This record gives sequence, C-alpha cells and structure tokens, in this order.
Amino acid sequence: MIIRGLLLLLLIMARNTYAEPSAERQAALRELVQQDCGACHGLTRKGGIGPSLLPDALTAKTDDYLITTILNGRPGTAMPPWRSFISQVEAEWLVDNLLRK
Amino acid sequence: MLKQLLFLFWLAFSAITLAEPRATGDLGLIIERESGSALIVNTTEHKQLARIENLGDTSHASVVFSRDQRYAYLFARDGGLSKIDLLQDRLVKRIVQAGNSIGGAISQDGRIVAVSNYTPGGVKLFSADTLEPIADIPAEYGASQRSKVIGLADAPGQRFIFSLFDAGEIWLADVSDHQKPSLEKFKNIGKQPYDGLITPEGRYYVAGLFGEPGMSVLDLWHTEAGAKHILPNYIKEDEKLPVFKMPHLEGWAMAGDYVFLPAIGKHEVLVIDSRTWQLVKAIPVLGQPVFVRARPDARQVWLNFAFPDNHQLQIIDVKDLAVSNTLEPGKGVLHLEFSPRGEQVWVALRDDNQVVVYDSYHLKELARIPAKKPNGIFFSARAHQIGL
Ligand code: HEC
Repeated sequence: MIIRGLLLLLLIMARNTYAEPSAERQAALRELVQQDCGACHGLTRKGGIGPSLLPDALTAKTDDYLITTILNGRPGTAMPPWRSFISQVEAEWLVDNLLRK
Repeated sequence: MLKQLLFLFWLAFSAITLAEPRATGDLGLIIERESGSALIVNTTEHKQLARIENLGDTSHASVVFSRDQRYAYLFARDGGLSKIDLLQDRLVKRIVQAGNSIGGAISQDGRIVAVSNYTPGGVKLFSADTLEPIADIPAEYGASQRSKVIGLADAPGQRFIFSLFDAGEIWLADVSDHQKPSLEKFKNIGKQPYDGLITPEGRYYVAGLFGEPGMSVLDLWHTEAGAKHILPNYIKEDEKLPVFKMPHLEGWAMAGDYVFLPAIGKHEVLVIDSRTWQLVKAIPVLGQPVFVRARPDARQVWLNFAFPDNHQLQIIDVKDLAVSNTLEPGKGVLHLEFSPRGEQVWVALRDDNQVVVYDSYHLKELARIPAKKPNGIFFSARAHQIGL
C-alpha cells in the first residue's frame, strides 16, 4: 500500500517535471512570443501598445497572475485571450522559460 | 605611346560620364524587422539596389520621403530617426530621440519631420535637413500624466495632427512658426484612439477607437464643430472577437466618396460615406483586417489580416462592395504597397523572407524579391501625397 502510494507520488512528480511542451512546440512558442506578442509588446519585449514583458518589469508579478493574463486576456484592454492557441501547460512554460529569462 | 595614353584617358573619361545617373521617383524601401536594416529597391526593375544597415530596432517602422524624393526618413521602434540618401545608398544620419516610438510625418513644406512617441509620450519636431531638434510637444493630460501618441499625420496649412491613446484626445499643431507650435486640443473624442488617417485632400482626420466602438472624425474645415463620434453602435460588447494585432489606418483607403476601414473585433471592412459619415455597408472578410488599402484607381481595396489569418490577402471589388478574391501569397503577410498608378502591388512576407510583387489587374505574380523578415514597404511616390 505504502509502496503503491510512493510509486504514485513518483509518477506525479515525474509527470510534473516533464510537463513541458515538445521541442517543436517550444520553438513555435518562442516564435509566437517574438512575432505575435511582439506586435504589441515589441520584438525585444520592451513594450509597445502593451507594457514591457522583460524580466525586470515582471519580478513583482506572480506566475499565476501572468498565466491568467495570457490565457484569458484582460477585458477592457488591448490584451487578447490566447487560450485557443496556448494551453495551460504551455503558458506555464512560456512564463518560466521565456518571460522570466 | 601618346596614342595609348590618350586612349587610356578616353577610357577613364567615358567610364565617368557613362556612370548611370539614378532617378528616385520609382524607388522604395523595404524594412527588415529583425536586422535593423532596409533595402533600397527599384520598383520598375524589381531589383534590390542596396542594403542600409544600423537602423536600430526596426521591428515596427515607418517611412516618409523628402519632397525631392532623395531622402527617406525612417522611424524605428527604439526612438531612432534615420535619414537615408536614396541616391548614394547611404545612411546620412541617425539620432535616437525617445525610448519607444511609433511613427512620423513630414510637414507640408518638407522642412520639418515629426515623430510620435510612446515613451516619453508626445511629439518631437526635427529639421528635415539636419535632424536637429526644433520643438517638443509633450502629450500631457490629467494630473501631469503622459499619453502614448499615435496616428500622426501632416495636415494642410503646415500642421500636424495626432491622437493621444491614453487620454482620448486629438491634437492639431500649427508649426508655421517653427520654434513655437500652437496647439488646438480636442478632448473626449472617444476611448483609446489606436491610429489615425487623413483623407487624401487633407480635409478629414479619422481616429479609430479601440476602447469603444466607432471612430472619431474631425473636419479640418470646421474645427469649431469639434470631433464627431461615428458608428458608435456597429458592434455589441458580447459579439466582440479577440484582436490579436492592432489594425493600422496608415495609408488611406478612399475610393470615391467611400472610406474603407477595418472593423475592430469583427471580421469586417466598414464602408463609410465620407459625405455623411454613415455606414454604407459592412463587408464580411476572413479575419481581423490590419491594413486596408485602395488601389490608386479606386476599383479595388486590398487587405491583410491579424494572427492567425496572416497568410492571406483579400481583394474587395469596389463596384460590388464585396470580396472578389482571396490570395495566399505566403507566410506572415505584414504589409502591402501599391505602385503610384496601381499596376503593381508589393506584399511583405515576413516568414518567407521575401516580398512578392503582383500584377494587381491580372493577379499574376511578377517577382519575388529576397528580404530578411520584411515588415514594411514604402515607395518614394509617398513624397507627394498628403498624409503619407
Ligand atoms: C493586441 C495587442 C497585444 C498582443 C498581441 C499581446 N498583448 Fe499582452 N498586453 C497587451 C496590453 C495592452 C496589456 C496591458 C493590459 C492592461 O492595461 O492591464 C498586456 C498585458 C500583458 C501581460 C501583463 C503584464 C503586466 O505587467 O501586468 C502579459 C504577461 C502579457 N500581456 C503577455 C502577452 C503574451 C505572452 C502575448 C502573446 C502570446 C501577448 N501578451 C500579446 C496587449 C497585447
């Protein structure tokens, strides 16, 4: 029973650490951020009609807040919802690996 | 010996005199968005003449031309203002005048170049000759806040007109006295004007609104009447589709009395009668329009689209006010530019690293010109058009 529980835990942990987009999707997301997010946030992410998305500008903001913004957009502003093109897992990866770095 | 020497002289002399003089009336610039460069092209021969480098962050850029069509002024994202010599293929001067800028314009007399900035929000004026600063117009509103400035255009009477995105205002600056521009402000013109255009004769300024439906129109013959909010009900809040890229109004799309404008949050092109500013028709199109441009003969209007439909182009037949063709020229269709009389249209394909040239009457491909991630195409004929 305990062993089973441990195994399950291991499995979940493994799943979590490996919950990231495929290499192909990562490349596509990188391109999406540069080109399509870049249309409003700038190719270098230093800002345009949307604010800067450089690490410095985001330090005070939580992952959850950023992920929610990306997936749902911000009604009443020019920030559109991306959930038809970006999954939850992809948004998490994007924030951790593209925006925070 | 003497004969040989004379022959040599003759050779050298003829090489000099035979060096082709270059005209600039059929030249253009293609901006390369990731490499901070631009190509000078000949639009008659479909040929690249030179690549100009060190133009800064050209990921968003636009260009105006001197009235003699010799110089191009390029406004880059990083606040860079560059003066390029189309005759000598060289960058004459580049200054960085702000932190983040969006566009620019050249005055009616060609002596002043104006740049519109996001940060610090405002407009700055420079000598077209030397790029020395002439005047600064900070876009202050409310409790000394600064607004992003968009939709900057030249207006007749040595004026510039522009909109304040955050403040919801239109400002008209008379720069007849170069050092001391006089300002007229139009307030509460609507929420979040995102771009503006001036009609080809320079009479009407139209600012598209993002924060609420419709546009704001200012009649420059009757500024005392103020700006008028048109089409305030063309879309309901709950039918709005997401907009993945802001449309541009740059480049007029006037065909006869009709103005063609992108709807926002609706996959439509709005046809508006410029005599009454009433909606004539909403033409369904395949995505969120970005650039909507009339062919100079006004028979067709061509448009491109925001992500995820940015691999397509549609053509509206003005006679029927309906889409007549859909093209798939390639990936990342970012911009299009007509030749002065409209027989050609050049289309920038960012992800295919090329520009495709069409015969716009027979929809036949004429050429594909390599360019690195092209995002904007500007022909020198703009030099003689109000608002471009
Ligand atoms: C059409 C323009 C537009 C596009 C395209 C766009 N954004 Fe935004 N974004 C905005 C605007 C405007 C805001 C500011 C919203 C506000 O005022 O609260 C914003 C805000 C954000 C924020 C919150 C930043 C903060 O400091 O609170 C994040 C994160 C973000 N965008 C990420 C993205 C990503 C990732 C993409 C591409 C997948 C993207 N955006 C594409 C316009 C855009």
